[in-house]
Amino acid sequence: MKKTICLCTCILLLTGVLLLFAQALLMPKYMSTSREGALIGEYYANASNNDVIFIGDCEVYESFTPPTLWEEYGITSYIRGSAQQLIWQSYYLLEETFTYESPKVVVFNVLSVKYGEPQNEAYNRMTLDGMCWSSSKINAIQASMTEDEDFLSYVFPLLRYHSRWSEIAAEDFRYLLSRDIVSHNGYLMQTGVKPMTETSKGFALADYTLPAVCMEYLEKMRVLCKENGAELVLIKAPTNNWKYYWYDEWDVQIADYATTHDVDYYNFIPLAEEIGIDWSTDTYDAGVHLNVYGAEKLTSYFGQILSANYGLEDRRTDAELCRIWDEKLVAYQKQRNGETS
Amino acid sequence: MLFTSFSFVLFAALTLLLYFTVPKRAQWCVLLCASLGFYLLCGMEYFIFILYTAAVTYLTAFLLQKRADAEDATVAANRDTWSKAERKSFRAVEKKKRFHILIVGLLLGFGMLAVLKYTAFVLEGVNSVLSLFGGEVGIPSLLLPLGISFYTFQSMGYLIDVYRKTARAEQNPAKLLLFVSFFPQLLQGPISRFGALHQQLIAAHPFDALCFRSGLLRVMWGYFKKMLLADTAMVAIKTLVEQSDTYRGVYVFALILLYSAQIYGDFTGGIDITVGLSEMMGIQLTENFNRPFSSKSTKEYWNRWHITMGSWFTDYVFYPLSVCRPMQLLSGHVCDKLGNGLGMRLPVYLATVATWFLTGLWHGAGWNFIVWGLLNCLVILVSRELEPLYRRFYAVFPRLANSRIWGAWQAIRTFLLMGLIRSLDCYRNVGLTFRLWGSMLTDWNVGELFSGGLTSFGLSVADWAVILCSAAVIFAVSHMGREQPLRHRIARMPVAWCACVCALLVAVLIFGAYGIGYDASQFIYTQF
Repeated sequence: MKKTICLCTCILLLTGVLLLFAQALLMPKYMSTSREGALIGEYYANASNNDVIFIGDCEVYESFTPPTLWEEYGITSYIRGSAQQLIWQSYYLLEETFTYESPKVVVFNVLSVKYGEPQNEAYNRMTLDGMCWSSSKINAIQASMTEDEDFLSYVFPLLRYHSRWSEIAAEDFRYLLSRDIVSHNGYLMQTGVKPMTETSKGFALADYTLPAVCMEYLEKMRVLCKENGAELVLIKAPTNNWKYYWYDEWDVQIADYATTHDVDYYNFIPLAEEIGIDWSTDTYDAGVHLNVYGAEKLTSYFGQILSANYGLEDRRTDAELCRIWDEKLVAYQKQRNGETS
Repeated sequence: MLFTSFSFVLFAALTLLLYFTVPKRAQWCVLLCASLGFYLLCGMEYFIFILYTAAVTYLTAFLLQKRADAEDATVAANRDTWSKAERKSFRAVEKKKRFHILIVGLLLGFGMLAVLKYTAFVLEGVNSVLSLFGGEVGIPSLLLPLGISFYTFQSMGYLIDVYRKTARAEQNPAKLLLFVSFFPQLLQGPISRFGALHQQLIAAHPFDALCFRSGLLRVMWGYFKKMLLADTAMVAIKTLVEQSDTYRGVYVFALILLYSAQIYGDFTGGIDITVGLSEMMGIQLTENFNRPFSSKSTKEYWNRWHITMGSWFTDYVFYPLSVCRPMQLLSGHVCDKLGNGLGMRLPVYLATVATWFLTGLWHGAGWNFIVWGLLNCLVILVSRELEPLYRRFYAVFPRLANSRIWGAWQAIRTFLLMGLIRSLDCYRNVGLTFRLWGSMLTDWNVGELFSGGLTSFGLSVADWAVILCSAAVIFAVSHMGREQPLRHRIARMPVAWCACVCALLVAVLIFGAYGIGYDASQFIYTQF
């Protein structure tokens, strides 16, 4: 009897280990393709000492470069952004961020206020799978799930990714236990150039009212920042492609909200020329996103505003921080110069 | 709530936990609550229909039983005074009265099924006639409650049993409601008999480790069949049917094979989950399958496939029809006019046609189902007529009858024939199906299948590997269990049992077709 129990326990343990191994193997690694899927998970190794937290969708992780902000202004920052990151995901990521550190400024890119409903399972996964387990993650999952999704598959991602068994590649084994760092404090570098050839116009909409749920989360975000002693700054990145068009009517609503609640709001679309964005060289996808050259220009411009208006000190006198950031700068420059990918 | 959903797994686990923790006398209450809860979770709107069926069944059975008891009491009271003829005459009158009660009960029970399931079909037929004269009637969109065919047939079978006095009516309405709504078999059967199930449902069942192990293994086996074989093949079947203009000829043959695999995995897998779950609770349901694809004739196939439905139709439709008075009169008349041979066979043949017509209708409101039923009937009757020829054939080749190769050929022939007829269920259009059968003779483009065709209709090489490997495993297990189910042997060896359950779990979790990217596919038989 004792032997039977021992053997059965061993079989159960072995099965558990096998399933855990299969789960680790089958989860996407986001190392060579869809690298934005790795961004959220990279935060936890850098989750301290950031004066500024950028939060939002691709318009933050492609528009601001923390190494430039450090190099030029001595401001430490991290970008908590992922592809099509919805506003409630940003809220819960911010809530989680405050449990790790106390940034002085939170910069939120407002493009996602147009999405009042969960959009895309794949993007949900890129944002949520990378989060560490906490009440914030649970709430983020519950707020984000599309109709086809279920909570259990977030707890056991094998239930979602099991069908990848037929697509297993060398990358899945290589990054089974540890992953490479793909971002520079959340910034996903793009060095390619694809000029924007024509100015976009958005399609006319039947209703320009921003979804109430988004405005509620914006308000929750403001309150959260206030409770944690951080200043919320709203921005809109300068890109304005027809696919992700920022309508004047939306802008007015955000500007009104900002005025009403005494929150700063910077719409960089009309400031693109002043910032020095050259749409023939500063975008890698014909104006949808900035490339590294455009992002550096915007960061330089915004860094000036951050250091002038929000009392952020130049921390380049801190030897330990200098050592850490110098390493980051080296890695950043190497990739910028094409020495690494 | 699908059997393959996480919510069902959780629901079943909680039910089992409660079932074995409450006092034994309350176990049936747990089952009743779980059954009603399960049906409510499937859809609140369906609930009223099952309550209606249970109410009609209870009241009719109650009246039948009351009359039967009164009849017996009267006969007993007059045992010494009545002659045998008087007793017989009294019983005949009473039987007629009970028959009238039964008819009302059946009309009310089957009436709801007929209205909900067949109204649109009948009105479409009416419209096709009226359209010749420029007329049209509106077709109402009626709700079709889940599992209605199964619980209606089970309930009506019980009424007939009470009428025939082979079962006593249940006095407790809650216990009868449990018989009608027992959740594991609610959506796709098996269609249980009152005598075989009812006492088990209300009896106390202490935890039996052997039953539990055997049941759990069968549940896992059901998931294996459903999620590896049936649901992986489903994507291809959908494509082959939806693009039937493109996929003709040899692709129709591919569909026949794939659909045979799918429906086998789907239906037997679903029944394995049902029977296994019941077995875990100590309840033994009637087996619905007995290695159907090893059948050597259509008749044998129908004795091995969906056994409970077949026996229901045999007991409650075929036998009563073939011995009913009008049929006897007709038989006598034909015997007189055309000879005994035809006269003796006619009632059987007419009853067979009627039974298969109704079996087709039971499967669905559509001409494809009716033609499917009648084609099965045709094959069975032709086989019967050809029996003397077979006998002569085996007399000439006596070794053939016991030859394994000949047996294998017969099994393959039956499998293909049943698959061919079953494809009516896929295309759901009689004309189209016949044309596509014809295309197998005219466009036998087999080369195309092996030059990329096999992976052109939604199945990757990996999917084919899953289908073929799981089919091979299922075949091997079925073959090994032809004397005694393999799980009974495994359940007696705890370590082997644990290893098998874990292996099945790993196979289902990794290679099963579920989650995002797959259609959450209902079990096919829940539609019927």
